[in-house]
Amino acid sequence: MIGEASKGDLVQIHQVILTPEERTANIPECTKRVPYEMWVKGFLLNDEAKIGDTVSIKTFIGRRLSGDLVNVNPVYDHGFGKPRVELISASLRARRRLEEESRNANR
Amino acid sequence: MPIDRSYDAVMSRKNEILKKSVGIDYDKFEISPIAFDYEGLMNSPGYSLSEIQAIQQETGVGNTPLVELKNITSLVRSIASPSKGARIFLKDERAEPSGSFKDRRASLSIYYAADRGYKGTVCASSGNYGAAVASQAAKRGLKTIIMQEVFDSRRVGQPEILEKTRTCEAYGAEVWQLTVGPELFYVMLLVVEETGFFNASLYIPTSVLGIETLGYELATQLKEREGRLPDVVVATTAGGGNVTGTTRGLRKAGSDKTIIVGASVDLSGLHMASDEDFNRKSFTTGHSGFSVPFMGWPDRTDVPRNAARTLRYLDRFVLVSQGEVFYTTELLAKLEGLDRGPAGNTSLAAALPIAKEMDQDQILVVQETEYTGAGKLPSSQLTFAKENGIGIRCGDPRDNIPGKTIIIPESPEQIHVEDLDMDKIRRSYIEKTITRAHGYKPTQDDIHFLAEESNSSIESVAEVVEERSEALEAH
Repeated sequence: MIGEASKGDLVQIHQVILTPEERTANIPECTKRVPYEMWVKGFLLNDEAKIGDTVSIKTFIGRRLSGDLVNVNPVYDHGFGKPRVELISASLRARRRLEEESRNANR
Repeated sequence: MPIDRSYDAVMSRKNEILKKSVGIDYDKFEISPIAFDYEGLMNSPGYSLSEIQAIQQETGVGNTPLVELKNITSLVRSIASPSKGARIFLKDERAEPSGSFKDRRASLSIYYAADRGYKGTVCASSGNYGAAVASQAAKRGLKTIIMQEVFDSRRVGQPEILEKTRTCEAYGAEVWQLTVGPELFYVMLLVVEETGFFNASLYIPTSVLGIETLGYELATQLKEREGRLPDVVVATTAGGGNVTGTTRGLRKAGSDKTIIVGASVDLSGLHMASDEDFNRKSFTTGHSGFSVPFMGWPDRTDVPRNAARTLRYLDRFVLVSQGEVFYTTELLAKLEGLDRGPAGNTSLAAALPIAKEMDQDQILVVQETEYTGAGKLPSSQLTFAKENGIGIRCGDPRDNIPGKTIIIPESPEQIHVEDLDMDKIRRSYIEKTITRAHGYKPTQDDIHFLAEESNSSIESVAEVVEERSEALEAH
């Protein structure tokens, strides 16, 4: 079932490291307003857990960390993005320009 | 009694934690309230250049190709005045094990850590350096924890940094993904103290000495091939390690006349610790948000004395815009057949207008490239920029406003560099050093030190010292 994990599953945990009140003084207001947070992945040590439970994990190097379970087998979802036409056109124009120059030089 | 892990308590233990985590007693190198023994610090790990080369060879680091960019050179000449347009060469550092020159830095620091019996390493880096540390540590059998500034408070992360999380995890590291803020330093101290691991700081001597092989190699390769040394080397600069290590290496190869140009992406106006500005930039390093403050004050770092000291080595410092780097990245792929990550092409973007002003018989070397892939491409980064409200259009990059627009040049003529006033930066560094010495009167030795530190003449330093003491007395 989605949102449930069992022992040994690759999961992601979350912790608030510093609340806004605990944050350092010399930072912009927009940063000071929000908590300082962390996410780490590892293998679930609890027998069973659901999203939001406080759990323990064993990280890739074998350390034990605790936090709220936020994700089970999290996806790497960064991609290649949409091609930018202006960038492709501009660089192809430069290439054509070189080709024309070399044709003219060989004439 | 359990150790107090609160922010203030950990920060108050900073010096002892750091000393243990890098194995260096920095106090040993302090000479006066102004001067310290820089060369003594750099010699303290005790590795010669040939030893460093041997250490790097063990983990497949170094000996990357030097490629002549003949088509880009032709393109530059097509827009240059007659007889202008230097030949451009590129050091293809993407051929390193983890895909960037940062392997040179990590290889030596991880060797040093393993040699001194550390069981693991902690590294604060959202960029290629973290990946390099994880990769080298895997090879040397050390455990790795990477601390990355990844998300803003909406939990939105830049594709380039998300890719760095992936690659560090691929190398078997425990990766901490953190939100925006300088408290990363606190977390790093906390974990270093808890684990007893080595702090693979970018600013310890080994992390800078490891780059000397890059400068040495490029000079040697060029000399073998062309019978001469480079006239100009352009290096992307942020914290200063790249410029420092490369220049030291060039000098060791006898290339002491080479003009060293540092290049950064212009992100002026964006605050580096701002949650709101965080995702309004497409470059996570190699930008003015690091390079400008670090050049003005290198010791603003996680160790008491930064081994990377840009001002000592730089002859010229230029800024380029994000759109110009993206455009140059496309040119490199379409004209030279080299598909490489955009951030590593900051120095190449700057090289084009610089080569345009140089003579045709001169040689300019761009000293790095980096790997590319998901998250690290103009297409992925511009898609993300657009989603975060940045206006993207074609036009003149001179009209660009960092954090608001990304302007893609329509033709190579539009790529330009903006020079920063080095004399002003030098002067401000000297003034700041004197002010921070709190009424201490600089000696002749201090003046010599400041001249070396700021790459200025003894006379010009003495002048500033004089002015400052007059101002202090009047006060």
